[in-house]
Amino acid sequence: MGKYLLRRILQMIPVVLGTTLLIYALVFALPGDPVAAMFGDKPVNQAVAAQIRSEYNLDKPFIVQYFLFLKNALTLNFGNTFAGQPVISVIGRAFPVTIRLALMAFVFEAIFGVLFGIISGLNKGKWSDQIILILSLLLISIPTFVTGFVMQFFFGVKWHILPATAGVDPGFIDLLMPAIVLGSVSMASIIRLTRTEISTNISEDYVRTARAKGMSNFQVTVRHILRNSLIPVVTYLGADIGALMGGAMITERIFNIQGVGNTLYQAILRGEGTLVVSIVTIMVMIFVVCSLVVDLLYAVLDPRIRYA
Amino acid sequence: MFSLVAASACSLALVLSGCGGSGDNGKKEADAPNEAASTAIISVHGSEPAKPLVPTNTSETGGGGPIDMMFSMLVRFDNKGKPVNEVAKEVKANADMTQYTITLKDGWKFTDGTPVTAKSFTKAWSYGANVNNAQMSSSFFSGIKGFDELQKKGVAPDAELSGLKVVDDKTFTVDLDSPSSTFPIQIGIYAFAPMPEAFFKDPKAFGEKPISNGPYKFDSWEHNKFIKLVKNPDYKGGVKVKNGGLEFRIYTDIEAAYADVQAGNLDVIDTIPTSAQKTFQTDPMVQPIKQDGSVFQSFTIPTAMKHFGPGKEGTLRRQAISMSIDRKQISDKVTGGLNTPATDFTAPTIPGYSKNLKGSDVLKYNAPKAKELWEEANKISPWGADDVFKLAYNADGGGKDVYDALANSIKNTLNIKAMGAPMPTFKEFRNSVVSRSLVDSAFRTGWQPDYPSPENYLQPIYSSGAADGNGSNDGDYKNPKFDALLKKAGAAKSVEESNKLFQQSEEILLEDLPAIPLYYSSAKGAANKKIKGLAFNWKNVPDYASLSK
Repeated sequence: MGKYLLRRILQMIPVVLGTTLLIYALVFALPGDPVAAMFGDKPVNQAVAAQIRSEYNLDKPFIVQYFLFLKNALTLNFGNTFAGQPVISVIGRAFPVTIRLALMAFVFEAIFGVLFGIISGLNKGKWSDQIILILSLLLISIPTFVTGFVMQFFFGVKWHILPATAGVDPGFIDLLMPAIVLGSVSMASIIRLTRTEISTNISEDYVRTARAKGMSNFQVTVRHILRNSLIPVVTYLGADIGALMGGAMITERIFNIQGVGNTLYQAILRGEGTLVVSIVTIMVMIFVVCSLVVDLLYAVLDPRIRYA
Repeated sequence: MFSLVAASACSLALVLSGCGGSGDNGKKEADAPNEAASTAIISVHGSEPAKPLVPTNTSETGGGGPIDMMFSMLVRFDNKGKPVNEVAKEVKANADMTQYTITLKDGWKFTDGTPVTAKSFTKAWSYGANVNNAQMSSSFFSGIKGFDELQKKGVAPDAELSGLKVVDDKTFTVDLDSPSSTFPIQIGIYAFAPMPEAFFKDPKAFGEKPISNGPYKFDSWEHNKFIKLVKNPDYKGGVKVKNGGLEFRIYTDIEAAYADVQAGNLDVIDTIPTSAQKTFQTDPMVQPIKQDGSVFQSFTIPTAMKHFGPGKEGTLRRQAISMSIDRKQISDKVTGGLNTPATDFTAPTIPGYSKNLKGSDVLKYNAPKAKELWEEANKISPWGADDVFKLAYNADGGGKDVYDALANSIKNTLNIKAMGAPMPTFKEFRNSVVSRSLVDSAFRTGWQPDYPSPENYLQPIYSSGAADGNGSNDGDYKNPKFDALLKKAGAAKSVEESNKLFQQSEEILLEDLPAIPLYYSSAKGAANKKIKGLAFNWKNVPDYASLSK
């Protein structure tokens, strides 16, 4: 177990190095000069532009820029944004709100996804199953920005039930609608996943055996059907944490949440390599850690899997 | 620009069509200043500044909005764009308009209690011009003697502009490189703001927490959330502040800001998202506003483009293209009536704007004449069957509808191939324009003024000095006759006289058409229904000081 953990953690190093190099190269390859773009429509003052380029190392060749970034990053110095803000404090402001949003969406989709999935799976073919199936199909097929704008218009602008945007210091109520919007698509997928798993497992031999032994219906459902049905759901949920944080970009724009997605979007627009790479690296690490946790959870859920 | 002119609550069009009661309304408002209203904080749409809050380093609206409300310059502009003395007691030119003597009024103080002196200005301007400080707006000081030395590599970090001389605490002189009648207007923009001593000691700390001398003072800035300003009790100038403060709320998407105005969470938005442009004027949830604006929209045909070079053929073709565009129809049908067809090269909010310049007929739709001119050009050098007239624009700015319509208008009138040529991003688009790699295509150009003078719409865009990458003359247009008129206007003795000369120079442009004027974008916005005093100033920014609840 310990060895396995160590190996997995060591594997993170090449993954992180590879992604930073790749992302840095991609941002570098973006067409257009970020310094010239600062001047907008106005003529570029070449003397000033040269001064800014040397300040941000933009006048050096790509590979030198990348190693300078790596060297500084190792000493936890991520440099400044074009706006003169330390990258680290920009990240420090963006992540907490996105994590809050992603966790709320995660809890929402996990609870309602599994709950409706169970109802649907146990009542296969009945009217409750049909309704849940149709609703989940609807949610999967509507893109997030449509759900977002429609909910914002009706619940926020027209009926004043929930705040239209998250506001300056978003709390639970402010993030409720964005979290529902963000989690809705995954929730629908989880419903379908849970339903399918339950409906296959319900007719398995071991379930019949358990019933034949005289176990109560509740015990059979929870200890046998659910435990086995939830393995793929856990995998899905684990991978989804990362997706929720990255996928919050659209939701964050609609509800004006100044989180990771919004910050990343603007950094890409401005061509700020260091900021983009720093954010993406953290996201990659979150992805890697999440998938590690999922793999470890397998062993808990499925006794057949053991990590040496 | 901050003083409330009662009539300005009506748009110019309304004034003309008899918005007669405005004088009375204004009086009532002024007579009943209730205490509650004067302390209300107005929340307005803002965006995260691209740079720290330093006037000489700010060239975009995110930082520009708050800075404009915090600082008072030598002169300010009223809502009609007319300069009025603010910190300056007098701005006096010498006989040939190359030297200005500026005296300051007494009693002006920064919010840290230190006095505003001649040095506060000269040091600030030198800081802005010194290349070591890499200030975004340094080009504004290029007319002052000594600017070029300060832009050279290796100049001392504390070197100052040699053209600025402090006479005493309240007086200083400015030597210019060439005669300029517009200098007294230029000093009204915030790049020319005075700076307190504290700034030079620690510019970084200042950028997070500015100390200023204007109608508002800095209260707090939470990055990516809001910038809050409160009324400055020590303010000595002419702006009438009718609220207790302003909160610039940071939005990344104007759609979200508009939804907040609809829901009543945000008081004022200074622009309208594309999705609401057709509906905002009839939206019962908001108080809409639309006024003539200062943004000039055009497309430029580079002189390097085949068939459009300097000379008879190029001129004929340019005129034909211009006359083949139905500006009125495109403004009404495609942009929902939110733009006004262009009649000159400036904009309606600028003193010196004109509707009836000699030769402005070329900006009117005239299909038969357009065809005639095009045929005449074909006799000089025929337009090939494979030749295409391309119009390049950036697709991220929402220009597709307009540029498709333009191409169709040209195509249908002249019977030639014409099409819009979108580029994905503004950055990429400008890059190809600036590097002159776009030579087989006309391209979108526009101008948002820095100060209310025709000079600002002409010199940087069409003068020979701004061509070949030295300015915004992206089409490399060169005409000595035009340059000479601009120079003459620069040396004119009064603003009125210089504006006449600027208009004459525009008449040359109407013949040569280095750029094809299209329309002026209207200033448009919306506010909560409770807000009073909503109006735009000359540069398409709401007159924030006049707002009350």
